[in-house]
Amino acid sequence: MSKDIAKEKSMIIQKEMISRLFKDLSTAKETGKKVVYTFVPGNISELILSFGMLPVYPEINALQSGMRKKSADFIRDAEKIGHSEDVCTYVKCDVGMMINGNIGPNGEKIPEPDLFLLSYTGCFTFMKWFETLKRLYPDVPVALLHTPYQENHKVTPEMTAYMVKQLKEEVIPKMEKVSGNKYDEEKLKACLRNSSKVEDYIMKIFDTTKNVPSPIDAYFAGVYYIGPINNGFRGSDEAVNYYHELYNEILERVNLGLGPITPEGVMEKERFRLVVEGPPNWTHFREFWKLFYDMGAVIVASSYTKVGGVYDMGFRVNPEKPLESLAEYCMNCYTNLNLEQRVELLSKCITDYKADGFLVNSIKSCNSFSAGQLMIMQQLERQLEIPVGFIESDLVDPRYFSYSNIKNRLESFFQMLDQRKMY
Amino acid sequence: MESLNEIISKCEDLSFDLNFTRAKEWKSQDQSRVLVGYMPIYFPREIIHAANGLAIGIMGGGDKKLIVKGDAYYQSYICHMPRGIIELALDNHFEGFDGFIFPSICDVIRNLSGMFKLLNKGKFVKYLDYPQNFKSHIGGTFYIQEMEHVLAEVKKINNVEITPERLNHSISLFNKNRKLTEEIYSIRDAAPWKITAADVYHIVRAGLVIPVEEHNEILEKVISLLNQESGEPLDKIRVLVIGAFCEQPPVGLIRAIELAGCYIVEDDFLLGTRWIQGDIPTDSNDPFRALSHSYLNNSTFSSSVYDVDNPKEARLLKLASERKVDGIIFAAPSFCDPALLDHPILQQACIENNMRYISFLYSENTGQFKVIKEQVGTFSDSIKLWD
Ligand code: SF4
Ligand code: SF4
Repeated sequence: MSKDIAKEKSMIIQKEMISRLFKDLSTAKETGKKVVYTFVPGNISELILSFGMLPVYPEINALQSGMRKKSADFIRDAEKIGHSEDVCTYVKCDVGMMINGNIGPNGEKIPEPDLFLLSYTGCFTFMKWFETLKRLYPDVPVALLHTPYQENHKVTPEMTAYMVKQLKEEVIPKMEKVSGNKYDEEKLKACLRNSSKVEDYIMKIFDTTKNVPSPIDAYFAGVYYIGPINNGFRGSDEAVNYYHELYNEILERVNLGLGPITPEGVMEKERFRLVVEGPPNWTHFREFWKLFYDMGAVIVASSYTKVGGVYDMGFRVNPEKPLESLAEYCMNCYTNLNLEQRVELLSKCITDYKADGFLVNSIKSCNSFSAGQLMIMQQLERQLEIPVGFIESDLVDPRYFSYSNIKNRLESFFQMLDQRKMY
Repeated sequence: MESLNEIISKCEDLSFDLNFTRAKEWKSQDQSRVLVGYMPIYFPREIIHAANGLAIGIMGGGDKKLIVKGDAYYQSYICHMPRGIIELALDNHFEGFDGFIFPSICDVIRNLSGMFKLLNKGKFVKYLDYPQNFKSHIGGTFYIQEMEHVLAEVKKINNVEITPERLNHSISLFNKNRKLTEEIYSIRDAAPWKITAADVYHIVRAGLVIPVEEHNEILEKVISLLNQESGEPLDKIRVLVIGAFCEQPPVGLIRAIELAGCYIVEDDFLLGTRWIQGDIPTDSNDPFRALSHSYLNNSTFSSSVYDVDNPKEARLLKLASERKVDGIIFAAPSFCDPALLDHPILQQACIENNMRYISFLYSENTGQFKVIKEQVGTFSDSIKLWD
């Protein structure tokens, strides 16, 4: 492993973007900017930005709390006030953070919400989550945007019409009222033009894993790459700039034949190429990642990096049809795809990116991902005759991260991949 | 005339007949008949009835089906019911079913619909997305389209065209069914010693697997027999049980609660059968709109329905006060996100309103009730003492 890990320009840009957003949030009450809490899947930040409001993502606060080792206490505090051990730990981490003063992961107070945008996409827990927050902030309005599930493998005109009506009659009027601004379609279109460019870049970036060695890790580093688009920058000029820069950096790596960057430098020998299904564990993120790069395993595609939007099958927003595009974008998020579509998408990733194996990280918290995962695994194993592996952990509850258990399972999996390579 | 015990025993057999014998027999009498299985909680069975079909409630294997293959499909931290459903599917208990409906209540049921598709079960598998927008021209229209999709699938099988008259007739039969079911609950409310909660459970559950006409007859007989009963009141507290709307508690658990000193006078077991409150109009030219209107405006409260404009804690307390309960029992399946995520909200409202409660988890195949019985016994004793 080469140890030189000078910060790339894109990393610096991302850091500046995020810290500016947090600064804007911390001064929102003084500047009069309104704050919208919303979710990553079905993240229509273009609309929020077009009203001049600022988004807050409770999921991202929770994952950051997990990475900074704060989640265990938050979860414990939520359980003390009656939250069950059995439910999604993102919700409990968020509730714990709120009842402890809503101090965000960076130590700054997160402003209280002016609006809850319940973009209810691909996960029922979102609904329960904001029903819970509504009790903590009874005066804050909730705009619900119900995203129909792609149950029959497609988005129908009826589904789009249902969502557009909700946007027009439920979401936009509430945003106008809260922000004090009128809906401005031209502004929204401009944001969507940026999103469309960013979606192209994202696809090109994740497509670079077709190269051998892969220049990036599409899971452990992938979660950083999707940071800006998932964390409030969909539709912004900064996002276009960031992804342009990132793409060029990755192209340079491709030209130089370099492997992915890890926390301990560049991975020099790529031994295994994997596709991973399921979110990562955040509380032990570095240790978790190390288990892979130490073995020369690189993730060439992951479903998790598609929770905030799937672009692999050709979907891009169309700025000329702004509300329809927002609707279709929501319906195309990964957890809003039915299981057959998930199998197809993963199968395409395994084939296109020449993966040696398929691994499921099954997350205790998340039924949206986990229910059905074993069947996805069986299907892929049968269809592609590919080795499959299975590990279990949780997002932000450290009680469910067993290092030795995961290590043992991964070692067996890598052995299996090794044996396969010999034949 | 059959005795009450005979009827109850027949209903018990029907409720747990995991081969769905009566439904299959009914289908075999006419080639254009279809069987459509649906998962919890609610499904507008009227539309299948009007299309010459029978909608059958699938509630899992309970404690009657040994899970051998189902565990290979689910991680340990997912509720139990879907394992039973997969086990039943793989063991061909649903042979002869034409289609399956998965109402949108949680991510587990939603993804189970995909598993049925991958397993190629039935001629169609439909995830029925209930609107979470409650405006008639937005959510209502979407819901009508969802019902139409179901019927389009049924029509492909039996070519039956639904007319407003047919659907209105079906609605009237289910209105009657809901009214009779409510009447039994009212009898229990007024005199819970006349019939046990477990017996009521069997009587209501039988209606999930037989034609509504037959179930209405059963309910009428039960009501007439109950009206002749007097029974002896016992010194028990009155409780409402909530959280058990999907994966069903084992009947042993229902019995244990009553044996530990409680009368269950309200519950959300089999909630789908009592989902719509009041009658759905039967004289509409557009009965789909009538069904949709009732769903949007006259549904009971539930963990699977977005509630911000009509908070469920207020509705729970209202129901508790109407039923004059002494306490609430929160009984939810382990790992049931919708039920469990609601508990802090509902329990906080209980605390603020001096409503006493206890809470425990179960699984449909729980076989030991000793701990729960002790917990409920202590709860009931403490309420009796305080009062
Ligand atoms: S259940 Fe999964 S998708 Fe839903 S909020 Fe929790 S982690 Fe996110
Ligand atoms: S028991 Fe709860 S989690 Fe399980 S399928 Fe039913 S509603 Fe979903």
